[in-house]
Amino acid sequence: MSSELDDLYQEVILDHGRRPRNFHDLPDANRKVEGLNPLCGDHFTLYVKLNGDRIEDIAFEGTGCAISKASASLMTASVKGKTVSEAGDLFGRFHALVTQGPDSVSLADLGKLASLSGVCEFPTRVKCASLAWHALKNALEEKKEVVSTE
Amino acid sequence: MRPHPVFPEAAVLRPRVDPVFDAGRVRCDFPILARPVRGKPLAYLDSAATTQKPRQVVEAMSRFFDQENANVHRGVHFLSEKATAAYEGARERVRRFLNAESAAEIVFVRGTTEALNLVAFTFGKTRVGPGDEVLITAMEHHSNIVPWQMLCADRGAKLVVAPIDDRGVLLLGELEKRIGPRTRLLAVTHVSNALGTVNPLPQIVALAHGRGVPVVVDGAQSAPHLLVDVRQLDCDFYAFSGHKIYGPTGIGVLYGKAEHLEEMPPWQGGGDMIASVTFEKTTYNRAPYKFEAGTPNMAGAVGLAAALDWFDTLPRPAAFAHEAALLDYGTEVLSSVHGLRLIGVAPEKAGVLSFVLEGIHPHDIGTVLDREGVAIRTGHHCAQPLMQRLGLAATARASLGLYNTRGELDALVAGLEKVRRMFA
Repeated sequence: MSSELDDLYQEVILDHGRRPRNFHDLPDANRKVEGLNPLCGDHFTLYVKLNGDRIEDIAFEGTGCAISKASASLMTASVKGKTVSEAGDLFGRFHALVTQGPDSVSLADLGKLASLSGVCEFPTRVKCASLAWHALKNALEEKKEVVSTE
Repeated sequence: MRPHPVFPEAAVLRPRVDPVFDAGRVRCDFPILARPVRGKPLAYLDSAATTQKPRQVVEAMSRFFDQENANVHRGVHFLSEKATAAYEGARERVRRFLNAESAAEIVFVRGTTEALNLVAFTFGKTRVGPGDEVLITAMEHHSNIVPWQMLCADRGAKLVVAPIDDRGVLLLGELEKRIGPRTRLLAVTHVSNALGTVNPLPQIVALAHGRGVPVVVDGAQSAPHLLVDVRQLDCDFYAFSGHKIYGPTGIGVLYGKAEHLEEMPPWQGGGDMIASVTFEKTTYNRAPYKFEAGTPNMAGAVGLAAALDWFDTLPRPAAFAHEAALLDYGTEVLSSVHGLRLIGVAPEKAGVLSFVLEGIHPHDIGTVLDREGVAIRTGHHCAQPLMQRLGLAATARASLGLYNTRGELDALVAGLEKVRRMFA
């Protein structure tokens, strides 16, 4: 098997793809956004409970490929408890990671999100990895439209 | 083969070529099939998206540019005459391929999508009015849904959909029930791009014509896989794309019965589609030129003609038998993959093996297979309503061309076993 493939489907990704964290409805959410990649058939609903400036709770539901699901799972785990601006910073670093590669950012700052570093070698899968993040951005900016990264 | 001009009997005396289809020899015409992909031999299983092109097509286009290029139907000079002859020769070549009655029934367009749009916005616009109905089927490609939807929205008409069963077979009885007094047109695919289902066109056309309803056929997937004779099918329109039948992209064909083409208004305005222009009034050219505004894709037409010439050098029954045997073999070996479910199991199929793997998204399948050199398509195949009908977000699709081999299907299966091990 190619090493690039191993880098893409790291154990953390396979694990989060199989058993996504925060994968449920969130009845007391005050933000709800749809993320859709129609060409892939990825479709997620992202729920955010925002308390002032802080993401108090976050969850998602839906279907998608291993990359989009794992990325959504890792995203929710990494932004829970963070402020809106901290989450925005993290998105910026994550985006650089998946589009420009691991040399472009400090991996230590990214925690488990660094496991998505292999995506940069697969240009067609960047949209899978970034779908949940774009949905988060819209949720935090309170935009209502459906997000698509295609 | 044309007989020798001086000794016509030479053709008769030539020993008959054994009508055996040799995929290995066919592959020699496609240099791209010999290139490695990601360090592995390429297994190209995406011909329903676009076929590869034999060198004869590339050479014919190159020769056109090197020796004959000029604008058609305009110049009085030598090259313009050459280019016009090449372009009109291509039209005659297509006529022969479809067995149309006249070359005037062959309109060159960009592809199937443009052909269907042309019919919708000329023929459709004059035939469909408020309260009328346009009938399609549940297995159509977006290209055979959206133009009709746009037409219906424009005209205040209704789009009616004939259902399919879980195997992907069109329910003829249900189709018949939906042909009513307000049905102005039936648009149907000959072969489903997502499922491979072959629709029984003769019966469908008979049902529609029995009620005076004209039939528009999306032939994008049938032209490369079935013998198409538009006079025998008796369809009113038939559309196909050059690039799905071993020709170049950007060229396609709309066949229309002469009586329809003559009465249809033009679509786009511009050069070539006019007879005379004054600022007060323009008179239009006759069909097919009426529908070919602007400088056409001349090299594309030449390439398409070369592709059809190439296609015709193959022993067609044996070639189609090769494809059918591959489809059977693919069905058999894919069925042996644990957790794999074939999508589209109609008794009559051509060229397509669509499937899902339990618990694994088609895109992950596609990415892993790609690293094994196996090229397939994943997604909704531009047939979202069909995917919804089947309760799927997407499928993985392996599709066949004449150059494919059992070995490539074995590579697909070996790749799928890897996918399963990774995501198990």
